[in-house]
Amino acid sequence: MAQEQKQIYGILAEFESAAALLHAAARIRDAGYKEFDCHSPFPIHGMDEAMGLKRSPLGWIVGLMAFGGLFLAYLLQGWTSTIDYPLIIAGKPFFSYQAYVPVGFGIAVLFGALSAFFGMLVLNKLPQPWHPVFYSNNFEKMSTDGFFISIEKKDEKFTVDHTTTFLASIGGQNIELLQGDRVE
Amino acid sequence: MNIQLTKNSLATKVSLIIGVLGLALSLLGFFANHEQFFYSWLVAFAFWMSIALGGLFFVLIHHLSGAVWSVVLRRFPESFMAILPFMAIFFFPIALGLYDLYHWAHADAIAHDALLQEKAPYLNIVFFILRTVFFFIVWSVFGRLFYRFSIKNDVTGDAGYITKAKKISPPAVILFAFTVTFAAFDWLMSLDPHWYSTIFGVYYFAGSTMATYAITTLFVLYFAKGPLANMVSVEHYHDLGKLIFTFTIFWAYMTFSQYFLIWYANIPEETVWFAHRWHGSWKVVTLVLAVGHFVLPFFIMLVRAVKRNPLALTIFALWMLLMHFIDIFWLVMPNLHKEGAVFSWMDATTMIGIGGLFLWLVFLHLSKHSLVPINDPQLQNSIHHTG
Repeated sequence: MAQEQKQIYGILAEFESAAALLHAAARIRDAGYKEFDCHSPFPIHGMDEAMGLKRSPLGWIVGLMAFGGLFLAYLLQGWTSTIDYPLIIAGKPFFSYQAYVPVGFGIAVLFGALSAFFGMLVLNKLPQPWHPVFYSNNFEKMSTDGFFISIEKKDEKFTVDHTTTFLASIGGQNIELLQGDRVE
Repeated sequence: MNIQLTKNSLATKVSLIIGVLGLALSLLGFFANHEQFFYSWLVAFAFWMSIALGGLFFVLIHHLSGAVWSVVLRRFPESFMAILPFMAIFFFPIALGLYDLYHWAHADAIAHDALLQEKAPYLNIVFFILRTVFFFIVWSVFGRLFYRFSIKNDVTGDAGYITKAKKISPPAVILFAFTVTFAAFDWLMSLDPHWYSTIFGVYYFAGSTMATYAITTLFVLYFAKGPLANMVSVEHYHDLGKLIFTFTIFWAYMTFSQYFLIWYANIPEETVWFAHRWHGSWKVVTLVLAVGHFVLPFFIMLVRAVKRNPLALTIFALWMLLMHFIDIFWLVMPNLHKEGAVFSWMDATTMIGIGGLFLWLVFLHLSKHSLVPINDPQLQNSIHHTG
């Protein structure tokens, strides 16, 4: 009775090797699937391209944040030394932009580094303590020597029958339905 | 697999002819205005020396870090450094022009100058020449040695030569750092013998390395259309673009570090160097350098697509070489033309003269052996390098 209430989240297939995984990812991309993921114990070169992933926007985020940091650092130093508390230091002008470079550089690097770290987490949807693939017991192998692909139900092309046959046709083994009673 | 440049190729002949013509015109300049000739020669010499030395640095760092990506294009910087002993020939006009170039070489000036008297144990003609001879011996030994290792590895297929190069590169890079620093002090900084900056050697090195990556990029892009078509990919010149970008920033870092401390301390004996370069039309050159050597390249090269586009990268590399020339011009020429920047026709002919012969020697070396180190154990990994 509980069986009927279980929800389907997707399909998991195991592949023999990193090369097979790369090849399969390209086939799935070509078949038009979007909502799928590859799971491997180590990063595989060329996987981004094989999965058809776009370039990450992280570089632009980091760049904008770094320049924002630079601007803020100049604002802070300029404002304090020209408006808020002007002091004559070594006979230099109040707004001595040269003197602000080290702090400006430092703040730019700080903002860039922090936005790289947190931006990476947000873009990767991390931290993510739960994922449908955890319904599979076989998936435990992923952290040692297993190569998996999961296709999620929310993909437009997803149907249980077609996707299963398709994964089998491109070399997927131990294909299983990811289902459980977690309510999203 | 045999990728070789044809002997007596058009490029070899053209560079020889252009070089000889440039030198002949420069010689006329010597009779017209020998002071201008010596200064122009020093700029051209410092420019092309920086490429040869940068080539040595490229190869040293390549072996030191065990780099894989740059194996396929290593022969270009190797050819730059292989001609270091020949570059010593171009030093002779400077040795002849010491009196015109260097204020400290004037005995009467030293007699009335307490500071120059203090510096005389270091800044005197005999020691100056001896130092330069020593620099050239060090560079020639390493340049030829690492070139020999690479060629021996090509011919015999023995990977042990690469291992040897890896073993010698750490002490070599230390000697390289000291010799380049003091060469920059001697040849360029001592033009203004009262002034000193301890960072000056790194400043020259930063621009030099940037220029070497730029000219290596041009060689790679040029040969990528022909013999290296299946060997170098967008990943290789993307990486070269990143390195030009890196050393542009490094140059700016050094430039600013030098300027910043002098600006902060505001001591007349130090600020005078910048005062000369902020005087009259030199101010324009200084600003061109700040914007053209750092600000513009920084924002343009930040974009990934520019580094992956051969045409954009070619234009950028040429631009950076022009900036490197202006950089050295800016270091040297305010000592001659104090009232404002003057570009003499001799600045062009000496650059073309030494440059033509430089390229001729490089092409000669490239045509003698394979264009890629065919027996390097990492060659295949380098060709299939994916960034």
